Amino acid sequence: MSKYFGQLIEDDLHAYVDGRLDAARRADVEAWLSDHPADAACVAAYRQQNDMMQALFNPVLNEPLPLQMHPQARRRSFVQPLRYAAMFGAMVLSGLVGWYMHGVENSRQSPMLAMVKQAALAHVVYTPQMQHPVEVGKEQEEHLVKWLTKCLGRPAKPPHLGNVGYELMGGRLLPGNQGPAAQFMYQDARGLRLTLYLSNQPADKGEAAFRYAQEGKVSVFYWIDSNMSYALSGEIGKADLLRIANAVYQGLNP
Amino acid sequence: MKHGHFDLKWPICCRTALGERVESVNAVITEQVPRLRRYARALTGDRMSADDLVQDTLERAWEKLHLWQRGSDMRAWMFSIMHNTFINHIKKKQLVTTSLDDDEALSVSTSATQEHSLEMRDLASSIGKLPYEYREVILLIGLEQMQYEEVAQVLDIPLGTVMSRLSRGRERLRTIMAGENAPALRRVK
Repeated sequence: MSKYFGQLIEDDLHAYVDGRLDAARRADVEAWLSDHPADAACVAAYRQQNDMMQALFNPVLNEPLPLQMHPQARRRSFVQPLRYAAMFGAMVLSGLVGWYMHGVENSRQSPMLAMVKQAALAHVVYTPQMQHPVEVGKEQEEHLVKWLTKCLGRPAKPPHLGNVGYELMGGRLLPGNQGPAAQFMYQDARGLRLTLYLSNQPADKGEAAFRYAQEGKVSVFYWIDSNMSYALSGEIGKADLLRIANAVYQGLNP
Repeated sequence: MKHGHFDLKWPICCRTALGERVESVNAVITEQVPRLRRYARALTGDRMSADDLVQDTLERAWEKLHLWQRGSDMRAWMFSIMHNTFINHIKKKQLVTTSLDDDEALSVSTSATQEHSLEMRDLASSIGKLPYEYREVILLIGLEQMQYEEVAQVLDIPLGTVMSRLSRGRERLRTIMAGENAPALRRVK
């Protein structure tokens, strides 16, 4: 035994704590610990450290991921050649579309950007309204959801944003490039208003990633999920809007 | 592991043959994110710094993905990127932390008069009092449950250094949590 309990003993105590020893060495360490209560106390303390760490930090594993941690939200693409090819393809495509559809407004911009413009426009038109900011108020939320779902042909349910300080005011039906669109309006305690614009996903899904755009004073985060395109608009900073966009996304994907 | 929040649809430009490869590798990266966040939270002690660290790690990983060898261990690769990012954050003073270099000052900062029980002391704040070199090792082993050899690989240090940091780190943590009144583990070396 004496040759075994040489300089490796301390490493073995840790390997014992972490369950990394084979049965024979484990038995040796246990024999040592039964004769050395101070070391046994240390081993118990180290085990408890591991257990407490797990108990304290494991819940992080189940937290929903912030949107910016999705690969789609990256700032730079590592597939540059692919991106250029896609850009070239888009240029050719938009050229062709322009050729066939000259005269049709919006043909020169992507359908998603057209959607963002519509969302931002609807935002600046309806948020300043004092009398009729919404068509159907939150007191008739159930009716609002049924009605808009029927119009859009897909579930159109406003997420609840109380956890980020915004309350639903209600919503309205709007004309959009992809048929009927919906707008939900929210307000915080200071009266600052945000709108969430929903429309059917355009046929060209080239910009499905989570993106940011600025239309005048209005900041917009937009994305496609489950065949719907979404645009969250507000006259607030990008970081604040991103935080709320996260809450919207999580509200839509509970 | 939960994947319920990962279902944003992919841009059509990524749905090519190369795109499928990219998508599957991205899925492998994304799979590591919850673990990276857990480790970062324990390492930095606060949510904001932790998520900044994870975010910068992800940006680097996406940039350097061509250096990753398919089939090799993605977890080890991501954690070593996080280690380098963490060191960078410390150097840029983006993170305030203690290092082994200022270890002397540290050892007098825990008062010998504290006699709180283990349960009374806050584990997170005790971990925060350790030099980051110890913190990394005890967390990768105790929380992430990595093999000692993996930790050596991730931190790019010899196995012997992993073992000595593990031993000193755990002992330091124990004395901080016990208020330094506990008897020290005999040093056989």
